Amino acid sequence: MAMLKAAVGKTGPKEEMALLLKQMMSIRAFEDKVFELLARAVLKGASHVYAGEEAVAVGAMAAIGKKDLITSTHRGHGHCVARGGVLKLMLAELCGKETGYCRGRGGSMHIADVHAGNLGATGIVAGNIPVGTGAALACKMKKEGQVVLCFFGDGASNNGTFHESLNMAGVWKLPIVYICENNLYGMSVAVKRCCTVENIADRASAYDMDGVIVDGQHVLDVQATVAEAVEKARAGKGPTLVEAKTYRYRGHSSSDPRVYRTKEEEKYWQERDPIKIFRQLLAEKKVMTEKELDAVQAEVDAEMVAAENFALNESPYPAPEALFDDVYAGWRQGKYGLEKLA
Amino acid sequence: MSVKFYREAIRDAIAEEMRRDPRVFVMGEDVAVYGGAYSATKGLLEEFGEERIRDTAISEAAIAGAAVGAAMAGMRPVAEIMYFDFMTIAMDQFVNQGGKNRYMFGGKTTVPMVLRTEGGAGRCIAAQHSQSLEAWFCHAPGVFVVMPSTPYDAKGLLKTCIRDDNPVLFVEHKMLYGEKGEVPDEEYTIPLGQAAVRRTGKDVTIIGYSRMALRCEEAAKKLAEQGIDAEVIDLRCLQPLDTKCILESVKKTGRVVLTSEAPQNANFVCEIAQRITEHAFDYLDAPVVRVCAADTPVPMSPTLEDECIPTTAKIIAAAKVVLGKA
Ligand SMILES: Cc1ncc(C[n+]2csc(CCOP(=O)(O)OP(=O)(O)O)c2C)c(N)n1
Ligand SMILES: [Mg+2]
Repeated sequence: MAMLKAAVGKTGPKEEMALLLKQMMSIRAFEDKVFELLARAVLKGASHVYAGEEAVAVGAMAAIGKKDLITSTHRGHGHCVARGGVLKLMLAELCGKETGYCRGRGGSMHIADVHAGNLGATGIVAGNIPVGTGAALACKMKKEGQVVLCFFGDGASNNGTFHESLNMAGVWKLPIVYICENNLYGMSVAVKRCCTVENIADRASAYDMDGVIVDGQHVLDVQATVAEAVEKARAGKGPTLVEAKTYRYRGHSSSDPRVYRTKEEEKYWQERDPIKIFRQLLAEKKVMTEKELDAVQAEVDAEMVAAENFALNESPYPAPEALFDDVYAGWRQGKYGLEKLA
Repeated sequence: MSVKFYREAIRDAIAEEMRRDPRVFVMGEDVAVYGGAYSATKGLLEEFGEERIRDTAISEAAIAGAAVGAAMAGMRPVAEIMYFDFMTIAMDQFVNQGGKNRYMFGGKTTVPMVLRTEGGAGRCIAAQHSQSLEAWFCHAPGVFVVMPSTPYDAKGLLKTCIRDDNPVLFVEHKMLYGEKGEVPDEEYTIPLGQAAVRRTGKDVTIIGYSRMALRCEEAAKKLAEQGIDAEVIDLRCLQPLDTKCILESVKKTGRVVLTSEAPQNANFVCEIAQRITEHAFDYLDAPVVRVCAADTPVPMSPTLEDECIPTTAKIIAAAKVVLGKA
């Protein structure tokens, strides 16, 4: 059976703590804005928002270095921010603008700052679990000490790709940490209605790897848990499956009436808000004053205002003629089909 | 007659067949409590209960394969794959285990199942939620491919598919669920492999299916204002295909525009062009023209999505090309 990680409670240096807080606040501000823009039909497409789950992405990313790699999910805005993503470039992407991270080709479901070692978000649930596994294989073969963090949801752990990939990583002892963001539901279906286990981490035992459960609302707990798994992976001791217990505040999509869960349950989790918890901890331990904490929030709010203006008002849509760009590397669409570029 | 939404027509078809035949059941992701990602199974759980309306885990291969197995063992599953794009995951089970089954076992098995899914672009949800993969399945002997464009067709065809003894891929379109149309109050079914002539005309034949069929009709209306008399055929089924209906029209008009929301390269409509060449070449007054999506993944950005997917204007322009009026 998977073990629950003990709470950390100990804080680190002030600058580091302020950065974690800022990233969490940035994700929340971004997601609140996205939800508002979707509701006003300013934003097109679909967005799966990360509000409520901030401590997982932020804590996990704080446990890896610049050269390490991650794979993201359909709920990828949080991973992007926590990996250093800039709000204005992210919002521009969601708006389908040329200035966005993926030049407006991908939108919310494919958001990623590829240059920050983010191998991408995917619209296919569980679609990136094999990809993360392959990236870990490359890390192992290249011997440069890199590791991979592979994010996915509870629902994804019921897909064949999860089981195939963890088996492969277990056999090859790959340097990867699988991070299951268990927010209790895959769309409308509760874990208890579609999973044979309550704790996804228990599935690790089938693949010769450790399974660890962590409270996903406590950013420092997530950081410590993932850091331990990362250290093990770097030392060549193989993969770990970390399960972070968390909750998504919003509906699966903006039109989701959330009939599958209760108001009481939502309230219970909102009282365990990851940002509130961390703010309180920093104040209690006297790492930051209330004034300093407010200043971080103010900074985030200002960045969000600038991001909205940049994405909505200052960014052009892609030119229609650019439709065929980047379908292939080194080839382009010609009159009679593909032509090799000189 | 009643006016119904496309999504209601689907739901009604399933409900009627479930009342008629206890072997019919539904399974898929979010089909029960949620009522389907596009609300096409709303209310079924309340009427039929959890035993016959089953929410599954996110396990596309198992959904498709379990439908194959349940069908072989005596049930008549109506399984749902939430997006056409996810059929890639279900592909092996549906095509290898399902489609080839009867043939491999010397005609001794039947696989009476329907795999409902939903495809097409129009919502700016990018490359993995906007695809039209029908050609892949038309290339797999043993499965039927049905793609209705109206509530009337959706209901009548789905009922037929549920009663048919073959594995059927039933492809709805995400931009059609909110469309309305007349549906008879009394029981009816529509045979497989019968196209619908939406409009008769003598100058040019415009052929489409699913959402493009509506754009073909729109194009024909606008062409009529310019004195061009277009005939519009809605294929409704790609496999079995109503080749006779197509050939009759071509023999009359001598000019053809083929439309599809799937990428142009190896598009299913190329098969239609080939059948026309084989059987009605002497009647053609101009080369057959196709209006398909660009050979790119579907982009998220609205400006690029519009450029990628055929518009009514592009169909009109193509009709003028085959008429030598461009
Ligand atoms: C292969 C596949 N199946 C279904 C979907 C539709 N879908 C999108 S998100 C989602 C729920 C995913 O649940 P989980 O893995 O728990 O992640 P969460 O959304 O809770 O973060 C579903 C069913 C999809 N995008 N891809
Ligand atoms: Mg989940």
